[in-house]
Amino acid sequence: MSDTHAETVLFVRETMLEQQEPPSSIVGPVGWARSNLFNGWKNSLLTGLSLAFVLFLLSGLLPWFFSPTWNATSLTECREILAGHEGACWGVIRERWLQLLFGFYPSELYWRPILTLILLLVALGPVLYTDYFPPKLLYFSAAFPFLMPWLLWGGSIWMPIMVAAGFAIGYFVFVALMKVVNAGISLFVAAVAAIVWWIFLAALVTNGIASVVPLVTLEPVPSRNFGGFMLSVTIGVTAIGCSLPIGIVLALGRRSDLPLVKLLCVCFIEFIRGVPLITLLFVASVLLNIFLPPGTNFDIILRVMIMVTLFASAYMAEVIRGGLAALPNGQYEAADALGLDYWKAQRLIIMPQALKISIPGIVSTFIGVFKDTTLVSIIGLIDPLGLANAIRADTAWNGVYWELFIFIGAVFFIFCFSMSRYSMYLERKLQTGHH
Amino acid sequence: MKKSVFLGALTVAGLAAGVAGAATLDDVKARGKLNCGVTTGLVGFAAPDANGEWEGFDVGVCRAVAAAVLGDPTAVEFVPTTGKTRFTALASGEIDILPRNTTWTFSRDVDLKFTFIGVNYYDGQGFMVPKELGVSSAKELDGATVCIQTGTTTELNLADFFRVNNITYEPVPIETNAEAQQQFLAGACDVYTTDASGLAATRATFENPGDYAVLPEIISKEPLGPLVRHGDDEWADIARWTLNALIAAEEYGVTSANVDELASAPTDNPEINRLLGTEGELGAMFGLEPTWAVAAIKAGGNYGELFEKNIGENTPIGLARGLNAQYTDGGLLYTPPFR
Repeated sequence: MSDTHAETVLFVRETMLEQQEPPSSIVGPVGWARSNLFNGWKNSLLTGLSLAFVLFLLSGLLPWFFSPTWNATSLTECREILAGHEGACWGVIRERWLQLLFGFYPSELYWRPILTLILLLVALGPVLYTDYFPPKLLYFSAAFPFLMPWLLWGGSIWMPIMVAAGFAIGYFVFVALMKVVNAGISLFVAAVAAIVWWIFLAALVTNGIASVVPLVTLEPVPSRNFGGFMLSVTIGVTAIGCSLPIGIVLALGRRSDLPLVKLLCVCFIEFIRGVPLITLLFVASVLLNIFLPPGTNFDIILRVMIMVTLFASAYMAEVIRGGLAALPNGQYEAADALGLDYWKAQRLIIMPQALKISIPGIVSTFIGVFKDTTLVSIIGLIDPLGLANAIRADTAWNGVYWELFIFIGAVFFIFCFSMSRYSMYLERKLQTGHH
Repeated sequence: MKKSVFLGALTVAGLAAGVAGAATLDDVKARGKLNCGVTTGLVGFAAPDANGEWEGFDVGVCRAVAAAVLGDPTAVEFVPTTGKTRFTALASGEIDILPRNTTWTFSRDVDLKFTFIGVNYYDGQGFMVPKELGVSSAKELDGATVCIQTGTTTELNLADFFRVNNITYEPVPIETNAEAQQQFLAGACDVYTTDASGLAATRATFENPGDYAVLPEIISKEPLGPLVRHGDDEWADIARWTLNALIAAEEYGVTSANVDELASAPTDNPEINRLLGTEGELGAMFGLEPTWAVAAIKAGGNYGELFEKNIGENTPIGLARGLNAQYTDGGLLYTPPFR
């Protein structure tokens, strides 16, 4: 059999041909371009037009962008350096970037906001990246909310300790009462006890202890000196950090079977969502001034933080309610079938799934809130945009627009883009489906 | 409707605060700092420099009052206010005095319950045009497109002016001065109108200021002055006479350079002596040191020095004294006698 063809076939290949590289016109950048940009004359035409457009834009922008004006000390000097050419005036950024970042915070104390930011990242680590940080760091995360105001505003270290003590008092009252009455009443009494402590006693005790044991006391910095990105980040982080838990509680309250709780939550959410943030800020800055007894010193930044937090909470509640509604009924029934009580069911079964569903919405709300902090310039707080206006009011820089806005926009982009990337990472990590 | 509610609320605030904060002077002395409301930034009038120090013409008034009351021109807490928050900030007691380019009007004085303590800058609405338009008078602006900030008194003044002169215009509404500058330079409008001081400041930022002209017509009265709350006349007196002292100092030739010398011993001029406290007891009459005016003048100089340093002809803004000259030079500055 084997030599059937021995006479009829002249040549028989005995080895396989070496596998050859595909032609360079099919693979690599050229191949990619051919299959994506130039397949057919229509696409080639569109590609050509787009390229021309991009080049046109860049030819206008790049010379403007790369202009040798970094050391200029005024707009006039920029114009002299450029000598009639179009170009950016980056001297304003060199002279004012610290002010844009820190506002009017005393320059010898810049280490405090910087340290706060670093500690914030450390505190966020174990919360955001559970795989890479030891769980013990969570204790630090819990302490950070008390540390942050102390570092930023200064004062005696006893103040944050006393504020934290309020939570401890509330907790002990709650535990003690739980043995006597039901959870709702003990929670209420515990909250009242903590609030009484904060409003009436904490300051007194702080002053008392601080005069006897003056531990670490930082130089106080008044709120008025806060400005620039420091102000935006402080307000944004507080609002983001507080709005998530408040939002969860509101969302649960809105789905509650108790008519009073439900009514309160619905009223709150619908009222806050029905009012623009600017209105709330005006309430904080203007109306509260009128209604509070004269002489009350209720810090303006604190007022703004509370308003922005309430605003963000209402939106957060609706986002989380969306997640709750998306959960199949079977999950609730399964939790009931396992005999879990309400809180256990929420903690172990409902919330982990509902929050996972809501991640994109939650992060959108975060990003929105962070950008909304620029609205505070309307009530006279000097946020980055307000500061841009104040910088332009300097005769040296009057008339500089794009450079400042580009700088501010770039910094905001870094913050918002990081948040968005993190949410995508989290979604991938929590992906448990099989598709 | 909305506006009247807002004004009503302000009025209530004014009443409440007027009753409560009757002794601003004591408050300021106890605090050791003067809370001074300024703009969030206006060229020449108030702006923070790179170190966060506030500078400007209005800031000069703050520093003079602080120096007169506390003896220290740096004992000032500057509170940036916007056009919307300024009156409540004053009414609620958040600030003690508001030198913030505020036009003295009947309703602000009477209805909002404030006391204007004088005028530190006489402004008025003007027009700026490109020279190539070939216009030399505002009355030739028939059919022009005008960039105008919405919701301001300038908008109403503009409408009045064109109606009275029986000519037409097409408004280009804009929100901020920054936007106006861009629109005007891009040629979106033929004319830009706002307060003359603002026009001068804006023109100074142009690459070729010579290509643009400010027309001679001033179509409104905008007396800008510092104000305090109604109901505390002692405090209003202090603020008023501090401003008067700066104006009088220029009239009598007292400057920040020679004030120490003039105050060291009585001079030939009794008016200067009473002003500087070397004769009479003017300071004690409102509870201040006899050298209160010396401190105020040393803070930033007399009125003329403040003007020249911040907005005068040697600054990029380059405003002429005009109405803001002493009455002896044909201006409107005329302070009552120190006696």
